[in-house]
Amino acid sequence: MTEMKTVLVVGGTSDVGRAVARAYAAAGWSVQLAGRDAAGLEREAADIATRTGVAVSVHAIDILDTGAFAAFADGLPVLPDTVVSVVGLLGEQVRAETDAAHATTVMRSNFEGPALLLGLFAERFLARGHGTIVGVSSVAGERGRASNYVYGAAKAGFTAFLSGLRNRVSKRGLHVVTVKPGFIRTRMTAGMKLPARLTADPQAVGTAIFRAAETQRRDVIYVKPVWALVMAIIRALPETIFKRTKL
Amino acid sequence: MNVELSGWGRYPVAATDLVQPGSPDAVPAMVAGRTGAIARGNGRAYGDAAIGEETTVSLRGLDRMRAFDPATGWLTVEAGVTLAEIVEAFLPRGFFPAVVPGTQFVTVGGMIAADVHGKNHHRDGGFGDHVAALELLLPDGTRLACSREQNAELFHATIGGMGLTGYILAATIRMIPVETGWIRQRTLVAETVADTVRLLDAAQDATYSVAWIDGLARGAALGRSLVYLGEHATRAELGGAQVPTRFGPAAKAGPGVPFDLPALTLNRFSVAAFNEAYFRLGAAKAGSERLVGWRPYFFPLDGVADWNRIYGRNGFVQYQFVLPAARSADLLPDLLDRIARRGSASFLAVLKRLGRGGGLLSFPFEGHTLALDMKMEPGLLAFLADCDRLVAAAGGRLYLAKDARQTRATFEAGYPGLDRFRDIRRRYGLEGRLASRLSRRIGL
Repeated sequence: MTEMKTVLVVGGTSDVGRAVARAYAAAGWSVQLAGRDAAGLEREAADIATRTGVAVSVHAIDILDTGAFAAFADGLPVLPDTVVSVVGLLGEQVRAETDAAHATTVMRSNFEGPALLLGLFAERFLARGHGTIVGVSSVAGERGRASNYVYGAAKAGFTAFLSGLRNRVSKRGLHVVTVKPGFIRTRMTAGMKLPARLTADPQAVGTAIFRAAETQRRDVIYVKPVWALVMAIIRALPETIFKRTKL
Repeated sequence: MNVELSGWGRYPVAATDLVQPGSPDAVPAMVAGRTGAIARGNGRAYGDAAIGEETTVSLRGLDRMRAFDPATGWLTVEAGVTLAEIVEAFLPRGFFPAVVPGTQFVTVGGMIAADVHGKNHHRDGGFGDHVAALELLLPDGTRLACSREQNAELFHATIGGMGLTGYILAATIRMIPVETGWIRQRTLVAETVADTVRLLDAAQDATYSVAWIDGLARGAALGRSLVYLGEHATRAELGGAQVPTRFGPAAKAGPGVPFDLPALTLNRFSVAAFNEAYFRLGAAKAGSERLVGWRPYFFPLDGVADWNRIYGRNGFVQYQFVLPAARSADLLPDLLDRIARRGSASFLAVLKRLGRGGGLLSFPFEGHTLALDMKMEPGLLAFLADCDRLVAAAGGRLYLAKDARQTRATFEAGYPGLDRFRDIRRRYGLEGRLASRLSRRIGL
């Protein structure tokens, strides 16, 4: 057997974070779970360790506390081979239109925090000479829409950051993956009416991320391929028409 | 959220408020102040056991595993973890649950609440006999650790207690070491009911035993069956050549039943033809031993997704009773003859030998249990009421996890532990707080 690899999952108590961690653990990777909710992390860690027999450690991080990121990375028992950020905050669009503090939290949770954290790991991976960086962004970042443009703008920024990072580091032994999952059945979307053909379950997202990052070495993935078509159409609409749509 | 729910038999359907906590810690606040509430697992009880009188509390979100000790085989999991998840995680590591029912799409909490049995009940007891401890939440928010030593009375009432003693949040269950995922199966042919009972009784040393009865054969062939005996195959017995993998072939998504089949599909002739073919096929293989993968051996119908739709949109009833061992030989022929004459059964008529029951309201006792599906149609309820009278008069009882229609009188005649169970419910203040459609119907 080859040397044991390690994945760091940031946002480890979310439905997608859990699924990603389980997909890696099922392939024999040891897992570092990071997040804010200490009790929730312990629950997920015990679950993954019991199911798979791999080692799982838990680490506290607040994605808005960017000043603490270096100490967080220093505190990990080992620099991971792969880091996956599934951090995100949907927020409430209508509230964000007038509540600047809420809009700021949405922007920082979806862009500033994840980008700075992955950027920090990129530098450490470069120093080591290898590493894989996975950012879960969103199809919402491909074109600003009335229903969620504060969230979408932050995701657009994150997507651009990942694209630029990839452009810079891919010749130097690093691999950067951008994931745009489309709709996912999670607690974040509980109660929403989601079209079945466009909606993935978290487990499928976890498996797709592992495959894209570790076996196929893809750059950008949609979990459900149909989203590539949907977004191509949405991107192609001229602005004069797009502004009249209700999306 | 207001929904309509049914059990696996799709009869009856009832409206209920549904709440879905995502973790054990979230349950107390979500059930506080509620009345007429009952826990629900994966919805595989056939009738109305897991439909709350007012509120149904889905514990499927409590699906995290907690700890496993390979030295002892004790596994601790939250109550909403399914058997399928357990087998998937532990069979490749050489462990299998000590007791499994006929489907793996059931939760640990549901298996404890129904004290489910498998093909090894005669030897190893029910699922509840392999529970070391459980965490029980009372409706008032009290969380109790229950075991044979601690809160023992509540522990014994909870095993087989149909969720009426509290919400099972987590449990520690026994896994047994196995060398492979294969079963060494021997098939015996029984030409009559008496033959079937005799072969099952003679096979009490076998780990697993079950008889598949041709539910439509009549006259001299009444109760003819194939008796399947099984042992976990050792590594050496696999021999290598004919078996691709040590822990059985990977799961294949089987054919599903995408919509309700028209009621005519299951008429007397199609079922009779199915049974005849099955019987001939099985008889041809009789005598010799063969290796069967764990999936088809333990969970044959799990390979057909949504098989419950095959009985059409009116649903079906699974009729399962147990008769005292001494009464089976004289009563089974009468019951089987009634069923055969009615002609509305059943892919599966399964006869098993049971041992002693574990919990206060556990279904099993020393005897023989027959289970078969019957399509819901006019006249069925009256027909089954007649069968109930024969079963009750003989000291038998019906399985609450399958039940959708028995009367209070039938139930009370069959379960002598009832008075103590009611007393415990009274003393812990559970009456009115915890109630299902089932408990209300039979006055539990």
